[in-house]
Amino acid sequence: MRALLFEIKESMLIALRAIKANKVRSSLTMLGIIIGVTAVVVMSTAIKGIDNSFQTGMSSLGTDVLYIDKWAWFTNEDWWKLRARRNITMEDYERFKEMATLPSAVAPVINSRQTIKYGDLRVENVFLNGSTADYVKTTNFTFSAGRFYSEIESKSSRNVAVIGSEIAKNLFPRGDALDKTIKIGGVNFQVVGVLAEQGSWLLGNFNPDNQVFIPIGTVFKNFMARSWNSITINVRAPSPALLEETKIEAEGVMRKVRGLTVNDENDFSINQQEGLMETLYSVVGVIQIAGLFITGLSLFVGAIGIMNIMFVSVKERTREIGIRKAIGAKRRTILGQFLLESSSICLMGGLIGLLFAVLLSMLINQFFPTSVQYDAVIIAIVVSLLTGILAGLAPAYTAAKMDPVEALRYE
Amino acid sequence: MNIINIGHISRVYQVGSEEVYALRDVSLRIDKNEYVAIMGPSGSGKSTLMNLLGCLDTPTSGKYEFNGISVSDMSDNQLAAIRNKEIGFVFQTFNLLARSDALHNVELPLIYAGIPYAERRERAEKALIDVGLKDRMHHKPNELSGGQRQRVAIARALVTKPSIILADEPTGNLDSKTGEEIMALFADIHSKGNTIILVTHEEYIAEHAARIIRLRDGLIENDEKVINRKLPKLSATA
Repeated sequence: MRALLFEIKESMLIALRAIKANKVRSSLTMLGIIIGVTAVVVMSTAIKGIDNSFQTGMSSLGTDVLYIDKWAWFTNEDWWKLRARRNITMEDYERFKEMATLPSAVAPVINSRQTIKYGDLRVENVFLNGSTADYVKTTNFTFSAGRFYSEIESKSSRNVAVIGSEIAKNLFPRGDALDKTIKIGGVNFQVVGVLAEQGSWLLGNFNPDNQVFIPIGTVFKNFMARSWNSITINVRAPSPALLEETKIEAEGVMRKVRGLTVNDENDFSINQQEGLMETLYSVVGVIQIAGLFITGLSLFVGAIGIMNIMFVSVKERTREIGIRKAIGAKRRTILGQFLLESSSICLMGGLIGLLFAVLLSMLINQFFPTSVQYDAVIIAIVVSLLTGILAGLAPAYTAAKMDPVEALRYE
Repeated sequence: MNIINIGHISRVYQVGSEEVYALRDVSLRIDKNEYVAIMGPSGSGKSTLMNLLGCLDTPTSGKYEFNGISVSDMSDNQLAAIRNKEIGFVFQTFNLLARSDALHNVELPLIYAGIPYAERRERAEKALIDVGLKDRMHHKPNELSGGQRQRVAIARALVTKPSIILADEPTGNLDSKTGEEIMALFADIHSKGNTIILVTHEEYIAEHAARIIRLRDGLIENDEKVINRKLPKLSATA
């Protein structure tokens, strides 16, 4: 064991000597690996980032929630056909709530986009949600300050608001949002709660931290006519396991509410995250595979570069190999020397590539969620070492099995 | 006590469909602390014999005992170990690692022998001092003269305290004065109890040895003691 460690250490020193002696060549070879590892690590952190933001977004929505809507999230139906459906109204919601027995919470939702102001500070294009006090029960919200608006506030359509963390940060840099009066689309609202940060989400420019929640009545009163817009009914199943049953019940209740006969088609859609997840996962999956394939290819090209250089290096150092063998280097010593040389080049390249990847990820993170994980370090080290060993194997073997007499005669 | 005991050794090379005998049925014994020169014109088989004696190659047939151990059918790795511990090579073209300094070159066989850093540094330094290169330890081969390079090679050969020193035309690439100095160094090494085998095709170099073996066409033509042994005119570390 000690002899082996000794041999590895000495081979390592010899390998480093050889790399140092051929600085230009070594660094050019390294470049291939640097690019390859950078690409692989950036790609995998980007994928991780997509995944993470996806998970966060999903869990903030809740996996056990159904969304009864005029529109279907995923459908093969023609758009105009969906458009022709009757709006879902507040009355539909009230009757649905009365009749449905399974849901743990039911809440109507209407959305709008508004500008929010506090003093001189303003946030444009904020996603406004109007709902009832039950809305909070259909989510997994946590609060950094205050609470959700109460049933009384909701029923009496008081001008109270719950704001997302991003908005709180922008309007109240000192973190004193609670009880302040903000202007939503020109109307005064009192802040009763601030949500904890949920993290950015991948989908378009939708940011869950850039939302505001107000009683649904205040939306109709101030921002849009009650009769013109279709609402969404959020229905939360008592548990994820009961989602399917809740859905079946919801469909039946909804058909009754809408007064449909046996022969009528549903004139509403029951959406759920599962479909969203499946679709998005398949998209993400394709991105992942394509991305890893392309970046893997660049690494592969780098590996071929290493192999090529190592073959040249072995040929060029035939004499040196002969000398080493003559004075007692064993086959495995020579093998180890060249393997260590190629894997050291790759490892250095891998670490430099990792550094680049981290910097690049930070840069990309400005526009697109990436997430540099500790496992990126492991990926970089393992991938580059493996590349070095695989690329070095054939040349090192050629060197190891050289005949010392022939090698010494080589000019 | 025989250090080298060769019995009916042959080495055949396959050239195309033809078999070429580089050595035919050669038998030879060399004792401890002998100073032997192997001579012969090119194609006589002296290089082949030298490779076999140096355990760089194995015979096609016949027996080779080194220090009483049969090496004729050893594996590559076993031969490497024998070369490392028992044989010190000195080549015509020096065969030093061009990118390493003298000290590292001399230290190299000790690395392969598994000697720890401090000890092998000390031994390599001493070997270089012994061949008169105290001030050249950190010079690379291209910063040294031919004679100095050969001294580094000799230091490398001696540093493992081998049973034999095998020198293949050690003065072939040197001018005659430097060649004389190197031969003086060999005489000095021999006088300290080392066994030296010298391969050369030059009579005046061979005459430094105490015994000359002449090869021709793969056979030993003549094996005799040198009567008028040439003694070095110069001191070893001049």
